[in-house]
Amino acid sequence: MKAATNTFTLAARVLHWLMAVMILAMLFIGVGMVASVSERHEWLLAIHKPLGIAILVLAVVRLTVRLRHPPPPLPADLPALQKLAALASHWLLYFLMLAMPLIGWAMLSAGGYPVMLGTSLRLPPIFPASPVAFAVLRHLHTWFAMLLFLTFLAHMAAALYHGLIRRDGVLSSMLGRR
Amino acid sequence: MHDPAPPDSPARRIGSWALIAAAVAVAAVSFGYVGSWLAPQRLTPAKLIDQFQHNAGTFAGYRRNHAKGVCVTGYFDGNGQAQMYSTAQVFARGRTPVVGRFAIPGSNPYAPDGSVPIRSMALRFALANGQQWRTGMNSMPVFPVATPQAFYAQLQAQQPDPATGKPDPAKVAAFFAAHPETAAFRAWAKTAKPSASFATESYWSLNAFVFVDANGKRQPVRWRMVPEATDAGSDAEKAGSANYLASDLAERLARGPLRWHLQITLANPGDPTNDATKTWPDDRRTIDAGTLVLERTEPQASGPCRDINYDPLVLPAGIAASDDPLLPARSAAYADSYLRRTSEEAHLPGTAAPSAETKR
Repeated sequence: MKAATNTFTLAARVLHWLMAVMILAMLFIGVGMVASVSERHEWLLAIHKPLGIAILVLAVVRLTVRLRHPPPPLPADLPALQKLAALASHWLLYFLMLAMPLIGWAMLSAGGYPVMLGTSLRLPPIFPASPVAFAVLRHLHTWFAMLLFLTFLAHMAAALYHGLIRRDGVLSSMLGRR
Repeated sequence: MHDPAPPDSPARRIGSWALIAAAVAVAAVSFGYVGSWLAPQRLTPAKLIDQFQHNAGTFAGYRRNHAKGVCVTGYFDGNGQAQMYSTAQVFARGRTPVVGRFAIPGSNPYAPDGSVPIRSMALRFALANGQQWRTGMNSMPVFPVATPQAFYAQLQAQQPDPATGKPDPAKVAAFFAAHPETAAFRAWAKTAKPSASFATESYWSLNAFVFVDANGKRQPVRWRMVPEATDAGSDAEKAGSANYLASDLAERLARGPLRWHLQITLANPGDPTNDATKTWPDDRRTIDAGTLVLERTEPQASGPCRDINYDPLVLPAGIAASDDPLLPARSAAYADSYLRRTSEEAHLPGTAAPSAETKR
């Protein structure tokens, strides 16, 4: 059963790639909708809210999977600084994928908006109405989105570096083939 | 494809680095394009709101348009007649609490009430099921333009010339010449006089919306609020006050509630729903959906309407947006204005101080 220690579990891999697509789509939807005055603004917004809640739910599931099944160890010869960068960026990604939907939800609550996921499905507010809190949370939503996108770029670059240059099995541990 | 280099050759290594750099670059450039940083020609909500600030100045803490107004509260008394067209709970028999706002257009919260002939009414209905209906209506039957791009062009044409402090008449004339769709609005504006009271005005939705019934059937509609008060107005205006609308409203409400009837006009097949410059023919069926009863008024600085963004696309189940291109633009621009004024309220770095009066 050597392979089990060298690759992520099937659940972890499925969650990773599914959420990669969802989060990347979410980032593009987010920056696209706030920069648009066309009908795109409306339909992107209509996707943004339920997709965000779906990411929140999956992030909780994923965190559970991660804590139950520790990931395969990084290569022993990886420099300490790169190991630290890997560890820090992974936990930053977990933090942001949980924080972004919660901030979005709290921000709409603070702005006094009904949090509608569809034409009639409504979530309860999770923050008291306050214009000051709205402004802070709304800006935080943007800044964290930028941070998430930059972290994604670094993550993608690092994965390709492992796969193409070091060829040390790190990328294949998430692709699921040796 | 047919790479002859061995796995660890320098050529292969450079190729790998180039591939990584290209992947990052493609992702970053796509993001920049979608987010409009790399597409400067695109009309964005921020550009629209910036243009309001160029035209009238920045009044921190205030809405970027319809800045001068007052809060009102009361309720909507549904009569059940609109229920056969829309499942929205607000149309059932009974009361729905309302927080509203009367205002005049323009970005200057100190503008005299007589400076524009238009008055506006914005309402937020808080439905018992937690959903909301927000609407912003104006006291004219048509909007000057049909698209956000034309609206932006109109704002640009009306930007004051730094030399005179007034819009350049030649630019305004050129805009109207290039936009014949403004004719209906201009005809209305020619005869319109600033009313002496918010209470005696009718307020039109301008944009079309779609009612959805219990079977999912869609019926395009427009609505307006028609006042019960029809008198010529009180004495506040004659006293020469620049703020006569607020005093008139307070005076009337001290005597008793004010009422409007919500008139829903049903489109016939083929009536345009994407053009706010065109009214529908007069013979279209209209139903009275209930009575708006306003009981109290408060200043906007301390009243419950202050923190409400009257985004016309905050809609309950049973009411949907039409294909009118102005609707998403209003929604997006109002959101930008709301973020700016709440950021000023929060004294966030980089925002203007709310007390500053950059009056021009």
